[in-house]
Amino acid sequence: MHEFWVTENILDIALKEAEKAQARKITKINLVVGELTGFAPDCIEFYFDTMSKNTIAEKASLQFELTPAQLRCRDCSSVFEPKEGGWQCPKCHSQSVEITGGRDLYLASMEVD
Amino acid sequence: MKKIEVVQNILEANESIAARNQELLDKHKTFTLNIMSSPGAGKTSLILQTIARLKDRLGIAVIEGDVASTVDAEKVKDEAMEVVQINTRNMPESCSLIAAMIELALKDLPLEKIDLLLIENVGNLICPAEFALGEHKRIVISSLPEGDDKPVKYPVIFAGADAVIINKTDLLPYVDFDIPTFRRSVEGLNPDIRLFEASCKTGAGIESWCSWLLGEIKGYNRKAARPRR
Repeated sequence: MHEFWVTENILDIALKEAEKAQARKITKINLVVGELTGFAPDCIEFYFDTMSKNTIAEKASLQFELTPAQLRCRDCSSVFEPKEGGWQCPKCHSQSVEITGGRDLYLASMEVD
Repeated sequence: MKKIEVVQNILEANESIAARNQELLDKHKTFTLNIMSSPGAGKTSLILQTIARLKDRLGIAVIEGDVASTVDAEKVKDEAMEVVQINTRNMPESCSLIAAMIELALKDLPLEKIDLLLIENVGNLICPAEFALGEHKRIVISSLPEGDDKPVKYPVIFAGADAVIINKTDLLPYVDFDIPTFRRSVEGLNPDIRLFEASCKTGAGIESWCSWLLGEIKGYNRKAARPRR
């Protein structure tokens, strides 16, 4: 649901960058979406299809690089990707962890004509 | 075909509006809380309890964010100095407030008279975690009937909170909720978090919550009063 605002921003950024590059058409948009953001690529694509109509981004393909959650144990400094059912350090079993990855959300690059 | 490197944070637009909101709030020394929880966990009840105890000392206003009704705003209207209702149903974002909505709402508030602004976010434990509003503190309420595994299922919102209120402690004899387990999982995500056990129904624990809040406001005003070098 919160993909609507996100998609609007993706389109906004893409159109601004295309204008800077004097592009006539945007053919591909490469996005990085972290697992922990809760944003669903399907929803972004769904909104994008409608929002991009009558713009130079119409029919551009959206490519998603999904980055996994990454945690760092505060007790032993291990860095790991969490498994289902709780965030616990696989090495020392501490529950004291900080999020070090998986919250990204950015437009990495675009292909234009 | 040409490839363009962009590397642009998509949430930056919301973050800059949130920063502007905070600047405006700081200009008027309006200490602001973003109150988040699942639907029914007790956001409105906490707001009502807080106002009841502090309204003689502070000018308190509320921004209500709700999908379709004014039920919460009606309850709060008689108690708060000012209430602004944002109905998100007619807006694209219906699962969280975003900074642009708060920017609009702030225009309707006499900020110079408001010491404490309570923002009641939409009932949701996922979306609000992603959208800064301009608040000074992020509060998450988790209630006993929801179970003690909410921090495990929704770690991001708990990791980003400044304080968590375990609400509906009056139900402890009737539900399976292990408070130490809950505390451990929240403190694991955020060792600096403040935890309160409360019942907005009986008033238990509210004194402690209000003391903390007053302390935060005092500290905030002291910082705001220091002349800039």
